[in-house]
Amino acid sequence: MKKSIVSVLFVAFAMLGSVNIAHAAGDAVKPPKMEWSFSGPFGTYDKAALQRGFLVFKSVCASCHSMKRIAFRNLEALGYSEGQIKAIAAEYTVMDGPDDEGEMFERAARPSDMFPSPFANDAAAKYANNGALPPDLSLITKARVGGADYLHAILTGYEDAPEHVHLMPGQYYNKYMSGGVIAMPTPLIDDQVMYEDGSPTTVDQYASDVSHFLNWAAEPELEVRKRMGIKVIIFLTIFAFVMYGVKRKIWSDLH
Amino acid sequence: MAGGQREKFKNPAVEWIDSRLPVFTLMQKEYGVFPTPKNFNYFWNFGAIAMFMLVTMIVTGITLAMQYTADTALAFDATERIMRDVNYGWLIRYIHMNGASFFFIAVYTHIFRGMYYGSYKQPRELLWILGVVIFLLMMATAFMGYVLPWGQMSYWGATVITNLFSAIPIVGDDIVTLLWGGFSVDNPTLKRFFALHYLLPFVICAVVFLHVWALHVTGSNNPSGVEAKGKQDTLPFHPYYTMKDTFGLVVFITIYAAFVFFLPNALGHPDNYIPANPLVTPAHIVPEWYFLPFYAILRAITFDIGIPFTDIVFIEAKLGGVLAMFGAIVMLLIMPWLDTHPVRSARYRPQFKKLLLVFVFGVFVLGYAGSQPADRVYWQTCIGSEAACAVDDHHGEVAHAAPAGEDHAAEEKAPMVLKVDNTMLAQFFTVYYFLFFLVLLPLLSRKEVALPIPESIHQAVLDKKAAKAADSK
Ligand code: HEC
Ligand code: HEM
Repeated sequence: MKKSIVSVLFVAFAMLGSVNIAHAAGDAVKPPKMEWSFSGPFGTYDKAALQRGFLVFKSVCASCHSMKRIAFRNLEALGYSEGQIKAIAAEYTVMDGPDDEGEMFERAARPSDMFPSPFANDAAAKYANNGALPPDLSLITKARVGGADYLHAILTGYEDAPEHVHLMPGQYYNKYMSGGVIAMPTPLIDDQVMYEDGSPTTVDQYASDVSHFLNWAAEPELEVRKRMGIKVIIFLTIFAFVMYGVKRKIWSDLH
Repeated sequence: MAGGQREKFKNPAVEWIDSRLPVFTLMQKEYGVFPTPKNFNYFWNFGAIAMFMLVTMIVTGITLAMQYTADTALAFDATERIMRDVNYGWLIRYIHMNGASFFFIAVYTHIFRGMYYGSYKQPRELLWILGVVIFLLMMATAFMGYVLPWGQMSYWGATVITNLFSAIPIVGDDIVTLLWGGFSVDNPTLKRFFALHYLLPFVICAVVFLHVWALHVTGSNNPSGVEAKGKQDTLPFHPYYTMKDTFGLVVFITIYAAFVFFLPNALGHPDNYIPANPLVTPAHIVPEWYFLPFYAILRAITFDIGIPFTDIVFIEAKLGGVLAMFGAIVMLLIMPWLDTHPVRSARYRPQFKKLLLVFVFGVFVLGYAGSQPADRVYWQTCIGSEAACAVDDHHGEVAHAAPAGEDHAAEEKAPMVLKVDNTMLAQFFTVYYFLFFLVLLPLLSRKEVALPIPESIHQAVLDKKAAKAADSK
């Protein structure tokens, strides 16, 4: 028994060690831990927050950032009906073609289309943003240490630069950005987007909502994954107990 | 295997096949009645667990390959499509991704078991060497697999590691060109890595077959390190160990599943969710966790080796690092000849046991060191005027406060700084790593007086029971 405890501890130790070392710390301020409805093994997305977040994304972030891995039809997960999705898609135009005459043409977007990008290519995006490239946001929470916490922090972390930091034109100070300098102008201000559900129209609320939404964009499978995970773990735990009983039974004639 | 007497099977279909190709007899002999020491502890589960992981990786890998595209322009998008649009693609990918980590956890534990109980010793040297060959193949496979999603770490990890080969004298540059299929990590590199990543697991299967074959020639070692001598020492593999292995396996899979479903990216690096970009170098390039100890050894060699006080250099730092890294694995290969002590199990070798546990601790520290920036300072103190060596917290470097232009004054007051940085930490435990194999093991082989070893496995089990009974009184 002692030996088996030792071996279990050994494996646990090996894993804990690796979890910690996989993320070597950067030199920026650590983003504060937030409460998210989707964290923890039973976590689920809050559909109202997702819809508000989408609104913020659509009316603010989308003018600079693309979200090219998401199709309009995926918005069903936010609780929109088919009709609503059609209407949202129709607000955008996309390039299609070639038609029978070989010409490219513009048409209203359909639910099966991907979210259109604000710029034709990276060069155009950089040119419009002082040489800095606004990254695609479809994977952003997975692509940064801290995930949604980091996102919320970066959107609320703008401050006046301390004296020793010299900002070039087109640079801003953000204490959560590694190096402290970011090329994104403060994207959110109070009362910038109207909410229909009476939620506060503050920078903090916007930041939470859009981070919630972008976490969904990066991990749309999260709810299915966690629900399945609970079942799998319950099954395996029962299976392990049964196997332990079987093993004991079989070995008992020896002891 | 073939020929000899064969017991008839009752089932006529089984008997028909077995009389023509005795696969059932083989299974019965090797996994049914196979005499197995009766005193295994749970460390002996990890071979079976590794086997399960190998099969899991092959099954999920082939499934992923059905949707993956090995082209630098498409690989990242193809991987994301698997995550989003392929039915349960996220599940397959997360099983495969975390599977690599859990395969290494199983195999590292398996190797540790072998070291602790002396399973590498005569007559199991070849069994052990085949194991190390498997380990090497696993590292190559995992390295190439990590390149496939073509994220930032894929690209830059591949660039750093393949560049290492250029340190080899004369043929180095040609080897690198061959690995790359060109003059940098690019489309041909990705394509050949995919082809090899698909191939190597099957080579591993072949070596595992030899490994298990060799095991069934010598029979298993056991926690007492005493060879099984007769019936009272062993049990038939089935049902005793089939059931015990299944229990251990299910516990292992439960932990594995917890990662797959609840922490699927905890063991990975977020930068790999950024598409590869040859123009943007990540702030810290770190390999996957299971390579970190070796990465630390690689980076620990920061100096040229030559004749002191002359310009003559035999081994440049870069080559030195590469040699040290591969040397670390060569140590495992030759371990049976470094440790020739007649007693196998660390249970009866108190000094070996202590030094081995320090070794394991050292490997963990090396792993940590491998994850940290090389210039990270852990501790430092100033001798001389405090003000002269203010620490720049951000980078842990010592900033000389003396204003420029007063060079002379600064020189006179030049402070003495004593510090421990990450490189020194790695160097310390790299030295211990090699010291353990090359000096301590041979020394102990000659000097260590072992505790009395039990006469037989049976006796060891009885002793243990007696000790337990005495304990509970
Ligand atoms: C005026 C254009 C603009 C708007 C509007 C904008 N961004 Fe940005 N964003 C940028 C640019 C430019 C960068 C690149 C910054 C850099 O590399 O320093 C950036 C970078 C980012 C980053 C990456 C930071 C990092 O860690 O590298 C995130 C996350 C981000 N933006 C989120 C958002 C969100 C969410 C919104 C909407 C609330 C938004 N942005 C609105 C221009 C914009
Ligand atoms: C794909 C990876 C591997 C698989 C599938 C595998 C499989 C197995 C199996 C099934 C056993 C018998 C059960 C056990 O004793 O745990 C075994 C025994 C053994 N393996 Fe491995 N193995 C792998 C890698 C390694 C490596 C990397 C090493 C060493 C460097 C190693 C060294 C040994 C030794 C020494 C034994 C005999 C143990 C004893 O009897 O005490 N194996 N292996």
